[in-house]
Amino acid sequence: MMRLVVIGAGMASGRMLEQLFEAGFAGEVTLFNGEPRGNYNRLMLSPVLSGEKTYAEIVTHDDAWYAAHGVRCRFGEHVTKIDRERKVVVSKGGETPYDALVIATGSAPFIIPVAGKELPGVCTYRDLEDTNAMIAASRPGAKAVVIGGGLLGLEAAAGMAARGAEVTVIHLMGHLMERQLDPSAGYLLQKDLERRGIRIHCKGATKAILGTTHVEAVLLEDGTVYPADLVCMAVGIRPEVRLATDAHLEIGRGVVVDDRMRTSDPAIHALGECVEHDKQLFGLVAPLYDQAKVLAATLMGVEAAFRPVQTATKLKVTGVDLFSAGDFADAPGREDIVFRDPGRGVYKRLVLEGEKLIGAVMYGDTADGAWFFDKIKSGEEVSAIRDTLIFGPAFQGGAQADPLAAVAALPPEAEICGCNGVCKSKIVTAVQGGAVTLDAVRLQTKASASCGTCTGLVEKVMALTLGDSFTANANPPMCKCTDHTHEDVRRLIKAQGLKSIPAVMQDLGWKTVGGCASCRPALNYYLLSDWPLDYVDDRQSRFVNERNHANIQKDGTYSVVPRMWGGVTTSAELRAIADAADRYAVPMIKVTGGQRIDLLGVKKADLPAIWADFNAAGMVSGHAYAKGLRTVKTCVGSEFCRFGTQDSTGLGIRLEKLLWGSWTPAKVKLGVSGCPRNCAEATCKDIGVVCVDSGYQISVAGAAGMDVKETELLCSVPTEDEVAEVIAAFVQLYRENARYLHRIYKWVAKVGLDWCKDQIADPATRRALRDRFMQSQAVYQTDPWAELGMRPADWAPVADLTMRAAE
Amino acid sequence: MSMMIDIAALDDIPRQGARVVKTDAGCVAVFRTADDQVFAIDDRCPHKGGPLSEGIVHGTSVTCPLHTWVFDLSTGIAQGADEGAVQTYPARTEGGRVFLDASFLRRRSAA
Repeated sequence: MMRLVVIGAGMASGRMLEQLFEAGFAGEVTLFNGEPRGNYNRLMLSPVLSGEKTYAEIVTHDDAWYAAHGVRCRFGEHVTKIDRERKVVVSKGGETPYDALVIATGSAPFIIPVAGKELPGVCTYRDLEDTNAMIAASRPGAKAVVIGGGLLGLEAAAGMAARGAEVTVIHLMGHLMERQLDPSAGYLLQKDLERRGIRIHCKGATKAILGTTHVEAVLLEDGTVYPADLVCMAVGIRPEVRLATDAHLEIGRGVVVDDRMRTSDPAIHALGECVEHDKQLFGLVAPLYDQAKVLAATLMGVEAAFRPVQTATKLKVTGVDLFSAGDFADAPGREDIVFRDPGRGVYKRLVLEGEKLIGAVMYGDTADGAWFFDKIKSGEEVSAIRDTLIFGPAFQGGAQADPLAAVAALPPEAEICGCNGVCKSKIVTAVQGGAVTLDAVRLQTKASASCGTCTGLVEKVMALTLGDSFTANANPPMCKCTDHTHEDVRRLIKAQGLKSIPAVMQDLGWKTVGGCASCRPALNYYLLSDWPLDYVDDRQSRFVNERNHANIQKDGTYSVVPRMWGGVTTSAELRAIADAADRYAVPMIKVTGGQRIDLLGVKKADLPAIWADFNAAGMVSGHAYAKGLRTVKTCVGSEFCRFGTQDSTGLGIRLEKLLWGSWTPAKVKLGVSGCPRNCAEATCKDIGVVCVDSGYQISVAGAAGMDVKETELLCSVPTEDEVAEVIAAFVQLYRENARYLHRIYKWVAKVGLDWCKDQIADPATRRALRDRFMQSQAVYQTDPWAELGMRPADWAPVADLTMRAAE
Repeated sequence: MSMMIDIAALDDIPRQGARVVKTDAGCVAVFRTADDQVFAIDDRCPHKGGPLSEGIVHGTSVTCPLHTWVFDLSTGIAQGADEGAVQTYPARTEGGRVFLDASFLRRRSAA
């Protein structure tokens, strides 16, 4: 059996292993990695840095994957030597023999040789440790300097800025990203970043990093000094070739490989950022994945050859749209087509050589990037469509109002996913083979599974293949005003510290003015839930019921429900309700399912007066209209019932007094039953408590509406105090994580009950959740009518012209 | 000659909100946008009679609170897939006051 040893668990070697196992490789694999972890999607470190993703979300191969394929993992263990004579690699754990060896050591960040480069607080941007160092240093108000205004440096800068740090970027060249952008696009990018508060210093050469025990500032050749708590060097990478050099393999700038990815030793192969092929180095993921495919074939004894192809670049900074591909340097015989729209910050430049398109740079509007990239790669003649070329596919061949038509027109071999080299036909085949969801297509083909920018395109291919049976994206954007999902918006509100609706709309690139009736209430909820002390509730972003604190009925009248704690009332309260019903000529009085009384058919102008009467009788709003705590239904419990084991009525009242007034993503109803006979029907509520002799069973995620579902046990606790703490913590967990309008059962189905249990089981997490809930309650647990009732004029018409004769 | 009637102070109407003016032929909703433009339309959705003055105001549109039809405040025309329109009336602000063209009373009593 072949013993395969792989040094380096990066994206290239990870892909190679996938290809090998897919092809039925039967050997024994040992995988060394200097980092103490396996393969993760390094491209996605930027979203981790900015707070848009977590590390767990970017893991490509977890322990289970390695175990399933029998890979012997030696993570955190550096290989120190390759003994080619004896065919072994040497590491701290001893010698490991190989029949075939793969060097995938990647690259090391380039450290500029200036004084102070070794001070604590100087980092690079390469792996998770670097990312975590930057996250730790990016406290609001901290000062960070990024040396290098290329792709990586700018992503680092934007990520730290998103976390609140004051960031300065120092770039040696005249404009940002000079390898991918021309000066005009570089200028637009600079303006965009400056608007986000990032300072950009071009033509800046670093002279020294200053500081005694820790970095304090960066000194430039021109004398400028930028104070810094953290310095990130992102000036470039060089292939990591030390092991290969020591083993006397042929080295140029990288480990030299042939078309089959073999080094000068036929038993040793190499791939990834450490290799040099045909005098070329590789840094982008697409060619590395091509190498992985070729090397897997080579190891399987199949003929294959690596041929580098052109690659395109996108910057992964939320809200910055740029695209570049091909060659766009000025040269004799080249012509430009340029389109500018300064108002919208749009810039497009196409570079033609002879009859062909050879380069494209786009900023602000990159929707047609893939189409231009295809034209560059195919090398087709474009002179016939030159007049309208820059307007993209929509203007070619007449009417193409249907966005699918452009995708339908792509040939089967057209590349859809650049990161993973997935062409259209591969997606079509997968869909026809039963992969009908985006996740399934991602799993089978890898399309859109790396950087994700082609997701829309992949969905269009799916839509074309499936026709009417295609149901778009299980997690679509929040509404037509934005491309972000609810989850993204929630994360970004926190990560970017956005504290008002206009700030969210501005910084997350809302496409409409003032949003819509769908996103405004959601944003209002997210903001008041995340920033209870800073954000001021926007009444105009509330749905009518929450704005008027009553339920609108089909005829424009309202229903009024005073709170009855735990469903318990008194003769005085009943008398006040009866008096109000008479005084305001209430057409219907009804007992609700939540154990209280509903007065239906109240006119809007009467609402302040009827509530003044109820307030005077000691009653507050029942929030029967709210995405918030509605009712706590109880049975009579041990106080009267001969079966009752605990005081369920008293506990219900206590819980209602704890929770009332809190806003939640959707309505929340509780039930407390005094014994397992469960007369309060607690096990189909959002949260249910069933009392037993030994204490209290708290179960969650029930439903008895459009869906009917029994609750599931969250935990059992012995005392009422713990019931209160667990439920406050759980409600807060729901408030902080669910998307707007998702009831608890839908949210739990998404995040998993086990995750909820873990959060609640950890005493520190539970208490912190409870404390945050109480902090919010300190602001929001107020009777709305105490304030609204003060201005009865606001509830009447602003003018009454019924008496006025028509002129 | 059109005659403008002084209805209310601009600040009586919340930004991104509305107030109603009662007339013999039903209510007129007077809207104020986030940038202080004012619009007047019938306070009755042509779909099921919902009070448009209680809708969420976004840009220069309002969404009916009953069944989420969306109307352009300047034209009164239903947006998207829904078909229908609501009557609009000339409105303007001057010196912090809101004025409606008296035609809204005439036309409504004639109707």
